[in-house]
Amino acid sequence: MAISKRQRAMYIRYAVYVLSVVAVIAVALFVDWQKLQRAMFDWAIVKEQFPRILTGAAKNTVIFTVLGFAGGLSFGLLFALMRLSTIRPYRWLAATYIEIFRGIPLLVTLLILGFGIPIATGWQWPNPFMQGAVPLALVASAYMAETIRAGIEAVPKGQMEAARSLGMSYPRAMFTIVIPQALRIIIPPLTNEFVLLIKDTSLISVLGVTDATRDLARFGRDGVNHSANATPLIVAGLVYLAMTLPLTQLVAYMERRAKAAGK
Amino acid sequence: MSSEAILIDDYVVNVTDLNKSFGTNHVLRGIDLHVQRGEVVCIIGPSGSGKSTLLRCVNMLEQPSGGSIVVLGRELTHIDCDIDEARSKIGMVFQQFNLFPHMTALENICVAQRKVLGRSKAEAAMKGLQLLARVGLTEKADAYPGQLSGGQQQRVAIARALAMDPDVMLFDEATSALDPELVGDVLNVMKGLAEEGMTMLVVTHEMGFASNVATRVVFMDGGVIVEEGPPSQVINAPQQERTRSFLSSVLNH
Repeated sequence: MAISKRQRAMYIRYAVYVLSVVAVIAVALFVDWQKLQRAMFDWAIVKEQFPRILTGAAKNTVIFTVLGFAGGLSFGLLFALMRLSTIRPYRWLAATYIEIFRGIPLLVTLLILGFGIPIATGWQWPNPFMQGAVPLALVASAYMAETIRAGIEAVPKGQMEAARSLGMSYPRAMFTIVIPQALRIIIPPLTNEFVLLIKDTSLISVLGVTDATRDLARFGRDGVNHSANATPLIVAGLVYLAMTLPLTQLVAYMERRAKAAGK
Repeated sequence: MSSEAILIDDYVVNVTDLNKSFGTNHVLRGIDLHVQRGEVVCIIGPSGSGKSTLLRCVNMLEQPSGGSIVVLGRELTHIDCDIDEARSKIGMVFQQFNLFPHMTALENICVAQRKVLGRSKAEAAMKGLQLLARVGLTEKADAYPGQLSGGQQQRVAIARALAMDPDVMLFDEATSALDPELVGDVLNVMKGLAEEGMTMLVVTHEMGFASNVATRVVFMDGGVIVEEGPPSQVINAPQQERTRSFLSSVLNH
């Protein structure tokens, strides 16, 4: 019996649908939900996490993120301007920096700067927060430099020309005319970088940290060690989500609005 | 007084043997152009003839490849010249207006007054409002460029350039991007400026404006000045074949 292509596609879709329903039912029936809940979401342990997970760990994550972002933004702007410079050595220097720090995994950079160099030289980070925040900012600045450069290049050339024709110097025209417009363009991608940074701060937990600088990931991991239960890490994950989800939604909203305005 | 001092006093723009290449493309081939105070020089010619490049060289938005440019007694092509200072005396109006979209009309007119000339906020705003009144846009002081028509934007752009009290104004196809019914307002503002004695270099396709307002018309083609003289001569009785064929294609529609 010949069936049309469209009919066949319909049968396949039904079959996939039925199979998925069967799979969900099977999981629901055969998984030991109580055991799973005890191992991963034990209410007693959840309650134990609060309020310290917010007042200590989440606060430290925010501190690392803000330090990394502020440092990344300032150095990123510097490297973006160097890449756009007419002076060749500046361009080369910035390009080299960007390629190096984008090419090495953040974890390795963190280990080299936060762990390797201090252990090898005996030199100490003057502030325990800087040990994690500085490598984070260095890597963030490499990514942000490219974002900022793209934003500056997206501002029409005529803006710079009009500003220069009024007698403004290049730096003055850049800072009063071009960069304010570039910032509007790059606010969504910069917010995305911020979300990435929130998540990347979790890598700092591999460094030997003091109680005062424990971030969310480290707090969750220590909790798991302490309780022999996965709940503290699950809770830490949920706190990350509580921070990142509103921001990703904000980015989606800004991009929708920019798209609508562009029409 | 030496002859050079007279030159500086009487001539606002002195372009001598100007050459400009973009890569292998030789756009300007030995241009000589001397503009006296109060002259209105209209530069006409087919697209690609180099007229916009010439204008952009006069305030060094394009780096000349050779030759010299002296504007208001400052040798712009000299390595020691303070280009920013010189540009603040040379007003420029662009085809695409190039207003700053993140500032209101009044802020557009004030920003360079404050940052370049160091005028106070009140001083700059007073000057800005005077100029807005002059271009007929007093009620648009707080409007953003995106809320203005092309003709209104261009009038704000002219006011922005005039706010610096320039000694010479450059117009780079100032009406080419406008809807036909908006061209008149902009041309009227330009005509008013010319009548007040402003020295103007105008790259344009508006032959009516060139005929009525220009003191001199320069016809360019292929990177050279083919013909120049009063509009009655260049537009109404061109001597060169290339000028004639260009004008007949522009005028006979």
